[in-house]
Amino acid sequence: MPVTLTSPHTTGAQTVGRVMAWVLAALIPGAVVLIASFSWGYGINLVLAIATALLAEALMLKLRGRPVGFFLKDLSAVVTAALLALALPPLAPWWLTVLGVLVAIVFTKHLFGGLGHNPFNPAMVAYALLLVSFPMLMTTRWANPDLSLSIVETLGIIFSGVQPIDGVTGATPLDVYKTDVDRLVAAEILQSPVFGNFVAKGWDIANLAFLFGGVFLLYKRIITWHIPVSLLAGLGLMALLFSWDADLRTPLSLHLLGGATMLAAFFIATDPVSAATSNKGKLVYGFGIGVLIYLIRTWGNYPDAVAFAVLLMNFTAPFIDHYTRPRVYGQSKAVKGFKHDG
Amino acid sequence: MSDSSLPSRTESAEISRNGLWNNNAALVQLLGLCPLLAVSGTVVNALGLGLATLVVLIGSNTAVSLIRNYVPDTVRLPTFVMIIASFVTCAELLMQAFTYELYQILGIFIPLIVTNCAILGRADSFARKHPVLPAMLDGLMMGLGFLLVLVVLGALREMIGQGTLFTNMNLIFGPAASHWELTLFADYPDFLFAVLPPGAFVGLGLLIALKNWIDLGIKRRQERLKEKPVAGSRRVRVTGTIS
Repeated sequence: MPVTLTSPHTTGAQTVGRVMAWVLAALIPGAVVLIASFSWGYGINLVLAIATALLAEALMLKLRGRPVGFFLKDLSAVVTAALLALALPPLAPWWLTVLGVLVAIVFTKHLFGGLGHNPFNPAMVAYALLLVSFPMLMTTRWANPDLSLSIVETLGIIFSGVQPIDGVTGATPLDVYKTDVDRLVAAEILQSPVFGNFVAKGWDIANLAFLFGGVFLLYKRIITWHIPVSLLAGLGLMALLFSWDADLRTPLSLHLLGGATMLAAFFIATDPVSAATSNKGKLVYGFGIGVLIYLIRTWGNYPDAVAFAVLLMNFTAPFIDHYTRPRVYGQSKAVKGFKHDG
Repeated sequence: MSDSSLPSRTESAEISRNGLWNNNAALVQLLGLCPLLAVSGTVVNALGLGLATLVVLIGSNTAVSLIRNYVPDTVRLPTFVMIIASFVTCAELLMQAFTYELYQILGIFIPLIVTNCAILGRADSFARKHPVLPAMLDGLMMGLGFLLVLVVLGALREMIGQGTLFTNMNLIFGPAASHWELTLFADYPDFLFAVLPPGAFVGLGLLIALKNWIDLGIKRRQERLKEKPVAGSRRVRVTGTIS
């Protein structure tokens, strides 16, 4: 007699491990471009961060009495580490990366209950903590795309605390534009070599590569279009409203291709655990991140704003979800807000 | 019980255990968190505020216990606050006189001891129901428990934040203490997170977790001891032979 199983008869191919593997695959083009244009620092950071993440994850799982191998195989710790490594300045000392990964895995993920229970994006909590704690290292250790460092020189700067010589490191294009726009006009600011021929040397191609990876994730249906599109729309709308004069504020092109925008839109904001879940909620969530990125980049004290914008919207995600619940099958209207309680 | 009678041994032990551990103001009652989090950046700040709180707590507990039979229940809280405020003013003036620099560093947090709910809490829940000596002991032990947590948190934040320990101890102990400073790590890059308020929240959270973990360990050990069958106990055997 054949065994009759209950429905569903077909299971999805989307296990956590497979989703994470696709996300990692989609990060590859961006990572390659970053390494090619900015030094081996990104590659070294990736290896260091992933190794630390796996160790920390295994240790925490063991302490919490969870199956170690099962959860290590889902690759979520690797994705967190990879996102953080790609967001950190490539020529920062090694302990910065290690500390960031430990904060992400131990404090933000496991102390809140492990995979699927963290209210905040672990990589962004780590980034924000490092930015608040070590503002100098986090803003001045970006690699100069015009000077190529050998892998040995890069290792020296990262591991043995060799002070990089002048010109090897610097600020990001977003930072430079924001600082200079107070006293110069756009044409003069763009003379600076960090901007190159297109939008922002190295950064523009990296952003396009992350965009490509993101579109691949959309095609594979790992993420939906709602968060990336609404995030870019929010940022774009704010830039159109306030940045129409490039002599006054950072222009839209630099906002889209000059910082971590594409990485944020497709890889960071779309974290299924800490984002809003309903489709309408995702639109609100993404739009909020986009608007906040513009606000913090323009009127805040830090050069880039992705981490703070994502964390602030992480706070609101449960609230957004509460008010954007979809209609339940069999009900004529969607239940919204707190009405159902009373 | 008359006011001059000493608390019994078990009663004193109970009061001490409650104040220092079981009902610790900072770790269990989570009272007085505002000063705890705000001034625990270094050991010297923590010790200064902890001592001031300790003095106020002993004084207010004693005074509240002395007047406990004369204050009607309806006006007890304003009365307690006035008493606490008087002691805080004394502590503030003393600090201004003898540890002026520390007085300036701690600033608003010295007058704010008045609003430390741990102190009002002890006055209302213990001192107004007990004779003077137990109330005094309770103030001492609660204050010490608070002080200990404050100092441990201060040490933790100073070590992680600046890589030093016992900086500026001369602010309390005079010039002889100025070389007490220990530099734990040379060339330490200041870890601002530990120095800033969020570091205090995380540090206190870790301390609470540590306390709960220790309590859990003690409980488990006691349960294990209890379950051990008593040797030579008699039981009814219905079959077989005794081996």
